[in-house]
Amino acid sequence: MKLQVEQVCWSINGTQILRKVTLEAVAGEFVGLIGPNGSGKSSLLRCIYRILEPNAGFITLNGEDVWKLSVRQMAKRSGVVLQESPTEFDFTVFEMVLMGRAPHQGMFDNETKQDYQIVQEALSRVGLEDLAERHFLSLSGGEKQRVIMARAIAQQAQFLILDEPTNHLDIRYQLEILQLVKEWGITSIAALHDLNLAAAYCDRLYVLQSGEIVASGTPQEVFSPELIRTVYGVEADVQVHPKTGKLYIVFFPAGTAR
Amino acid sequence: MSQHHLASSKPISKSAKQVRYQLLIVCLLVTLLISITLAVMIGPVPIPPLQVWQIALSQVLPGFTGNWSPAQVQIVWFIRFPRVLLAVLVGAGLSVVGVTMQALVRNPLADPYILGVSSGASVGAVCVILFGIFSSLEIYAISFGALIGALVSSVIVFFLAQRQGRISATRLILAGVAMSYLFSAMTSFLTLKAGTGDGVRRVLFWLLGGLSGAKWTDLTLPLVALVFGLGYLGLQARSLNALLMGEETATVLGTNTDGFRKQLFLVTSLLTGVIVAVAGAIGFVGLMIPHSVRFLVGSDHRRVLPTSLLLGGIFLIWADVLSRILVAPEELPVGIITAMFGAPFFIWLMQRNGGGVNGGK
Repeated sequence: MKLQVEQVCWSINGTQILRKVTLEAVAGEFVGLIGPNGSGKSSLLRCIYRILEPNAGFITLNGEDVWKLSVRQMAKRSGVVLQESPTEFDFTVFEMVLMGRAPHQGMFDNETKQDYQIVQEALSRVGLEDLAERHFLSLSGGEKQRVIMARAIAQQAQFLILDEPTNHLDIRYQLEILQLVKEWGITSIAALHDLNLAAAYCDRLYVLQSGEIVASGTPQEVFSPELIRTVYGVEADVQVHPKTGKLYIVFFPAGTAR
Repeated sequence: MSQHHLASSKPISKSAKQVRYQLLIVCLLVTLLISITLAVMIGPVPIPPLQVWQIALSQVLPGFTGNWSPAQVQIVWFIRFPRVLLAVLVGAGLSVVGVTMQALVRNPLADPYILGVSSGASVGAVCVILFGIFSSLEIYAISFGALIGALVSSVIVFFLAQRQGRISATRLILAGVAMSYLFSAMTSFLTLKAGTGDGVRRVLFWLLGGLSGAKWTDLTLPLVALVFGLGYLGLQARSLNALLMGEETATVLGTNTDGFRKQLFLVTSLLTGVIVAVAGAIGFVGLMIPHSVRFLVGSDHRRVLPTSLLLGGIFLIWADVLSRILVAPEELPVGIITAMFGAPFFIWLMQRNGGGVNGGK
């Protein structure tokens, strides 16, 4: 599935948050969205998954305007992994993942054997098959995030949106989540705050600053000490790691001699 | 990565869970039937259990007769049966409203009484009685007035509770309590001002509820509202589940949250209105029952709704029985009984902040 964002603007109370943002993600591509806090990453994603309606511009999935699709049609095409929002109502892991089947079921439909099978497969994909009957609220942060991933998998999404999916997770779970996205192989766009993870996992990156795209390309094309200085106001060194062949970035605290 | 928690397995326990749920429903149905029988038996004139159903049958099947007095028929069929069945409908309805409101605001402390919706309905009903508005609706005028009152108070409370489109739990409870006081005061004022001899008793009815003097005709509207409300909610059970996940997640799972919330708003106001019109403002049922039910069956609304319906009915039958026998031959408003159970429950609920509400461990 191909995502196209064209000249999207969005503002709230007269403050322009997104300024003519244009980007695309082609089939199977894992696109990263990076930028400092408040640069508009989440707002842009919210425009894509239809919480915020853009003031100008358009967003299409395989040529279809997402804002002209129904909520349900949209839910059949795209899955969203958000940071876990706290709730006091508890469901079992199985029930949580089964919710991913909702957009495919009519009001009068019951779950079919096939639905259960899809949920079962989604759970094994994320390695949670043994926790199916556990209560969601009793899980660790990493397990919870994998449940949310499994729900998107059960949704049979062809396009995935992730908003800082690795926040508050231990490094092992951060790697696990991004590895899952990578292995799934569907078109994905993720807002990420960790530049090293973005460099390691994303095919291409867009850099947002004050609601504008200021750079884009492969991690090799995007990351440079100059860019990190202008966008984040931090001195950094960018190297290719001899073992992984990927970029890695080292940050220098203010006043540290280079 | 998944060598821990070996004990739990899924496909087998899935069906085991289903069986356990079905067993629970059967138990509740049996309990409900027994409760109805006992509640009709209990009273100043005791009636033997068999006679309860014999008299009931004689009223529905022509030609079915036995040796009982017309007075016994009067007591069983025209006094106690409507009252007990009204208790079932009101208890069931309030529980369903509680379940729905809690999903609507995503907060386990929501309940029509705590949020001031019941007392708003009381004001509407009292206004109809006092000023004779909607008189063209005849016997449905009071219910309609209560429905309008419920709608108006929900709009006010939810408006006060939200800030930048988000409803905070604290603000919701505070707004509910404040409006609840205001509406109760208005009800009392209007009722007393009407100056019909039994003013104080009528105030008690509207503020604390009561099922005495229930007639068969009182059952119609609550029954119709409950059937339609429950039918609608049953079809939307999956969307109710999604709503508990939060507005954004519900949207990305295919629920049109704006429209859906408005519909839920209407359904809860409708049910609260018709219930308050016949039974006054009975508190805490909509709070206690959904919680106990989630503890038993989890949060999936396809199980929560039917279970709440049955448990709520059973609970209110017994609350009403207690209200009849505790200070016999006098009667207590049934709201006193529900508050005796409900207030400690509410406090217990607040104490265990954090964690899940249905025994997440």
